[in-house]
Amino acid sequence: MKTIFERPKSLSNVTLHYCPGCTHGIIHRLIAEVIDDLGIEGRTIGIAPVGCAVFAYNYFECDMQEAAHGRAPAVATGIKRANPDNIVFTYQGDGDLAAIGTAETVHAAARGENITIIFVNNATYGMTGGQLAPTSLVGQVTQTSPYGRKVEMQGYPIRISEMLATLDGPSFIKRCSVDTVKNINDAKSAIKKAFQNQIDKKGFSLIEVLSTCPTNWGLSPIESLEWLRNNMIPVYPLGTFKDIGGGATDE
Amino acid sequence: MDKVLMKGNEAIAEAAIRANCKHFFGYPITPQTEISAYMAKMMPKVGGVFLQAESEIAAINMVYGAAGAGVRAMTSSSSPGISLKAEGISYIAGADLPCVIVNIVRAGPGLGGILPAQSDYFQATKGCGHGDYKMIVLSPASIQEIVDCTTSAFDLADKYRMPVMILGDAMLGQMMEPIDFPDVLANDFCEKEWATTGTKMKRKRNVINSLYIDPEELELLIKARYEKYYNIEQTETRYEAENIDDAEVVLVAYGTTARIAKAAMKTARADGMKVGLIRPITLWPFPSSIIAQTAKTAKAIISVEMSMGQMVEDIRLAVNGVCPVNFYGRTGGMIPTPAEVIGEIRRVI
Repeated sequence: MKTIFERPKSLSNVTLHYCPGCTHGIIHRLIAEVIDDLGIEGRTIGIAPVGCAVFAYNYFECDMQEAAHGRAPAVATGIKRANPDNIVFTYQGDGDLAAIGTAETVHAAARGENITIIFVNNATYGMTGGQLAPTSLVGQVTQTSPYGRKVEMQGYPIRISEMLATLDGPSFIKRCSVDTVKNINDAKSAIKKAFQNQIDKKGFSLIEVLSTCPTNWGLSPIESLEWLRNNMIPVYPLGTFKDIGGGATDE
Repeated sequence: MDKVLMKGNEAIAEAAIRANCKHFFGYPITPQTEISAYMAKMMPKVGGVFLQAESEIAAINMVYGAAGAGVRAMTSSSSPGISLKAEGISYIAGADLPCVIVNIVRAGPGLGGILPAQSDYFQATKGCGHGDYKMIVLSPASIQEIVDCTTSAFDLADKYRMPVMILGDAMLGQMMEPIDFPDVLANDFCEKEWATTGTKMKRKRNVINSLYIDPEELELLIKARYEKYYNIEQTETRYEAENIDDAEVVLVAYGTTARIAKAAMKTARADGMKVGLIRPITLWPFPSSIIAQTAKTAKAIISVEMSMGQMVEDIRLAVNGVCPVNFYGRTGGMIPTPAEVIGEIRRVI
């Protein structure tokens, strides 16, 4: 019998801790598939964030470092500068990357650090139980914005991809989503290009992936995907914001 | 090699490079910026990496990454910057990573001042960041000793897989003295089989981490770390003792203050006062044994510090009430004079 679907070698054979319906698992799988496809598992070092993906160091079959909250791009910089031929990626959520780690994110991008960042944006702090995130939408009800995000109180959500695209340092910045099969395939192509860019020494790549949090959004997995489509994508449009390295994103 | 005249900050940088530290991550702050400036100039010439980080926080996390990736890594700062690095230092200790952190201490709290102080003794010796952990803390008192301490800091860090701090002050950082660099090659042959260098498909993956959700596992790990600390206390404590056998008053002082205390001791001896000096070189592990032993024969011990009294607490713990422990200190960037120290000795005698 022919095997047509199996676990990527770079994804550890353990049960992920993510909630049912959460799309972190899909994004993990895409990264593992890309590492397998590029044959780089022996020279890849991943950096896990603080947040829902804090245990990511248990999920990828490559060397891993756990970083303090928001510091993954700085840790990645240290690893990459120590061994420039290794492939270094960070996996970070919106609280980690766009709030407490904003400085590390912006300056790694400005330096054009030759690393790959996978930025998972689900508009909430998932691990701590659904608080207001820098990417929470105006009006979004969270544990710490129980009456909805009010611009006069908490201001506006940050569009990280657009913001970083204004810098000269980054090579490739793209926002994807994993709400449909087509978008999942697009996200994989983008992630693959972001790793390939690093192999080709083209510099800093960041892939923002819109993701769901059924538990903290208080919605079913299906409803969450609809909420993402109807509410997040209008604020966070999908697309390529910077691509100075060129090359195709399709497989 | 002939003696060279060098500023303390530059001597640290040169000694680090000679110890095969090729990865330095810094951020400008007075009075230690010459370390970064020297590294910026020299690292490209030796195939090393100097990177000016966006913050002290980023710099220490770059050190975390590089140390985890198996290379000798260092950062330096002065007091307010070390407060910012405290987070990263805790993670480095929790992940058992070797690295060297330099603190050229200035007066605090807050922005404080830019002149010499020793008011970061608590911060350096009691852990600095959150959690149960220690750093080895070396406190040189001359530019030559800065070189020696920098060399051994990297060896100690690698040997025990832990952060090592060199605790200087604005005086030591800024002054110049003739020094000899050792001709020996850097002792950087430690096999770091735990480092995240890529599996090369030849071994299981390595994970650098400080998160342990299971409390039993975490407690066991911390207890094992404290056994290592106990071993370090037994084997790595360094101090210099002078004239303590017949001393009625024993001064205890480190770094710049030890030089002032030494001058006071010499003058006092010339005046017929029996004064001795214990100069801790490691602040952690603290030379408690020699101080406890001295307390049995001395009339009194005086801690001399550029602070409101921090090391004096460790002295009192070591002395445990056996003899009186006095304190003389200046703070805020003020430096005690030998005459002031002699005044304190006279009060005690």
